[in-house]
Amino acid sequence: QRNLEGYVGFANLPNQVYRKSVKRGFEFTLMVVGESGLGKSTLINSLFLTELYSKDYPGPSQRIKKTVQVEQSKVLIKEGGVQLTLTIVDTPGFGDAVDNSNCWQPVINYIDSKCEDFLNAESRVNRRMMPDNRVHCCLYFIAPSGHGLKPLDIEFMKRLHDKVNVIPLIAKADTLTPEECQQFKKQIMKEIQEHKIKIYEFPDSEDDEDSKVIRKIKERMPLAVVGSNVVIEVNGKKVRGRQYPWGVAEVENGEHCDFTILRNMLIRTHMQDLKDVTNNVHYENYRSRKLAAVTCNGVDATKTKGQLTKADSVYPVSRSPLAQMEEERREHVTKMKKMETEMEQVFEMKVKEKKQKLKDSEAELERRHEQMKKNLDAQYKELEEKRKQYEEEKVSWEAQQRILEQQKLDASK
Amino acid sequence: MQIFCVQQFSGFQQNTCASTVNNAYIFKQDINVRPLSMSGHVGFDSLPDQLVSRSTSQGFCFNILCIGETGIGKSTLMDTLFNTNFENSQSTHFEPKVKLRAQTYQLQESSVQLKLTVVNTVGFGDQMNKEDSYQHVVNYIDAQFESYLQEELKIKRCLHNYHDTRVHACLYFIAPTGHSLKSLDLVTMKKLDSKVNIIPVIAKADTISKSELHKFKIKIMSELVSNGVQIYQFPIDDENVAKINTTMNSHLPFAVVGSTEEVKIGNKMVKARQYPWGVVQVENESHCDFVKLREMLICVNMEDLREQTHKRHYELYRRCKLEDMGFTDTDAENKPLSLQETYETKRQEFLFELQKREEEMRQMFVQRVKEKETELKDAERELQGKFEHLKRLHQEERMKLDEKKTMLEDEMSGFSRRKLAAELLQAQAFTGSMNIKKDKDRKK
Repeated sequence: QRNLEGYVGFANLPNQVYRKSVKRGFEFTLMVVGESGLGKSTLINSLFLTELYSKDYPGPSQRIKKTVQVEQSKVLIKEGGVQLTLTIVDTPGFGDAVDNSNCWQPVINYIDSKCEDFLNAESRVNRRMMPDNRVHCCLYFIAPSGHGLKPLDIEFMKRLHDKVNVIPLIAKADTLTPEECQQFKKQIMKEIQEHKIKIYEFPDSEDDEDSKVIRKIKERMPLAVVGSNVVIEVNGKKVRGRQYPWGVAEVENGEHCDFTILRNMLIRTHMQDLKDVTNNVHYENYRSRKLAAVTCNGVDATKTKGQLTKADSVYPVSRSPLAQMEEERREHVTKMKKMETEMEQVFEMKVKEKKQKLKDSEAELERRHEQMKKNLDAQYKELEEKRKQYEEEKVSWEAQQRILEQQKLDASK
Repeated sequence: MQIFCVQQFSGFQQNTCASTVNNAYIFKQDINVRPLSMSGHVGFDSLPDQLVSRSTSQGFCFNILCIGETGIGKSTLMDTLFNTNFENSQSTHFEPKVKLRAQTYQLQESSVQLKLTVVNTVGFGDQMNKEDSYQHVVNYIDAQFESYLQEELKIKRCLHNYHDTRVHACLYFIAPTGHSLKSLDLVTMKKLDSKVNIIPVIAKADTISKSELHKFKIKIMSELVSNGVQIYQFPIDDENVAKINTTMNSHLPFAVVGSTEEVKIGNKMVKARQYPWGVVQVENESHCDFVKLREMLICVNMEDLREQTHKRHYELYRRCKLEDMGFTDTDAENKPLSLQETYETKRQEFLFELQKREEEMRQMFVQRVKEKETELKDAERELQGKFEHLKRLHQEERMKLDEKKTMLEDEMSGFSRRKLAAELLQAQAFTGSMNIKKDKDRKK
């Protein structure tokens, strides 16, 4: 760690990043989920101070839906030189049917399909500028019953909490008194914890000021909101609110509802973090599940279809499928080498055996040949002896005979 | 309903500067994206600040590669640029091969953290045969791309925490001969221009006079153009910096002087080199282009250098690598291939190849066994033949022996017959004489 004396200039890097990001422009996709009539469209309009749906672009509220749809609207808004392409994803028909089992499925399909688009774009050989259409935040509207979460709420959040950043909101909070609201919030948080639902968590900040603010927000979760774009005059001030005979519920009054907190958090301070968590956590989860299913050895990829099975946890997933193939290839090379050495060894051994046998029979035959030769030689010698003896005998006998003959001759004289 | 983005290539010629491809991304507005106006301040204009704050807390990372002959002043320039002593020992001229030495430092300037990696080429241009000099550099650059690619392809990856070692800028140090580029320079830069942002600098510029320098710069730039070397051009697509970048582009290559020693000028201590004939002040713009280099490299375009490395050079590497491995975006019938299909096909091919190799090896062994068997059988037969032959010889010998035996026996039996006959005769003669004697005796 070195602190520099004298000017270098990279302290200007943040400005360079700022400049480039403004030039690029920003994108954000916000999804709203909840039963009809909970004020979703109104809240969007209030958040962005605009009329998202109009005569030319009628919103889902104007239409009666029989099945759950997922509809997206893309708008371009500019402020202070910053361009934001905002995509609002609405889910008309959610929770409105008599039988709502599986009404979350179209939502899940939508989110997954956007992740899949991104994955495919990211995996292409020729990659171009990849638009980010992934859902960065899902506002879930809870009906202000005052009691607790409905089974549908719990089911939905349980299924979506590891796919998208879920921010639960209490809709139409102006029907609850502060005490009821407090009670309701406590009950909801308790149930959320019981069911181990992971809602979007604000990251801790090193800054003390920010930490205080964040802690305050966390205490008020889930946020209770009221939406309105109607401007009413209260005590000489022009405010946005809802006019009742008994008073005006002000949208931006912190004592009336948590709208300001939501707006500040969602747009002014944590929009980037919502995108980061979507990219680094939710998308990566989707991606690793998808890729693990594709490249599992010996497991039929089409069967698992993106669901992580127990077998997957055995295989190392901390490397790319290509690296895995490379590893397999190397293993195979080692295996082949081993096979080759083994076969070579067996081969050599057999050859040695055979050669030894050959040598042995050669030696054996040599030996026998020697034996027979010796035998033959002995016999020859024997014969020689015999002959010699015979010759000697013959010679001596013949000599004897000659003497006898001579004697006889002498005697007859 | 997607934003349709078009890459627009604009080439331009500026005086004698080399032309370069400049990527500008234009958003073409889809008809389904409609502009909306707001009735008040929403607050998303803080988005760039949110982004900056996140980037700053993560820390930034920058990697510079310095290529130049030994002793040309690479380390000194780095020390001067970053106002710190990077502890580089002097290298010898006798390195057998070009080596790359990378060192990482954590720097901080007013709450901005920078992880700087300086890569030096050791022994560049020292060898007798410099043919391989650039290869080590290319290998290093490719290795960093490969490392990033591998991380990007992992199933469980950690890209936002990854220490990016890809080379963002390459300072190429040109020797201040005053004449022209050396052939090694041209060859090296040509090999590198599609892999890294090349910023050529004239080193030790205090050995060239102003007029010589002007001619030298023109010569260098024209040589680069005529050899098709694409050096890094400071971007002019952003209005905020277009003007200054355009001006600076016309001063390329920067003639720099480095020094960490300080000399007192007036009442200030400045970085300078003291000669008997005067003092060369590093940060004096009329003495050399050091300040311009620092301005361009660090203050204005550092982020763009990083972006170009990632968007252009890395993508090119990645595309080539994947294409080499046989990946395409469309299959044989030109329909787009999904990721799954691509991987599965690759996998099938791969397994098939492995099996084939195994088969081949087995076959080879079977062949060898057959051959050896034949060989041994031949040897066996030869041996048999030899012994058959010996056996025959033996039999012949035996027959001869038997013949001789029979002969002897015949002789011996003949002899004994003679003997017998002779003895019989003698015996007869003897008994005859005995009889006569007996008769004689009786007659008496």
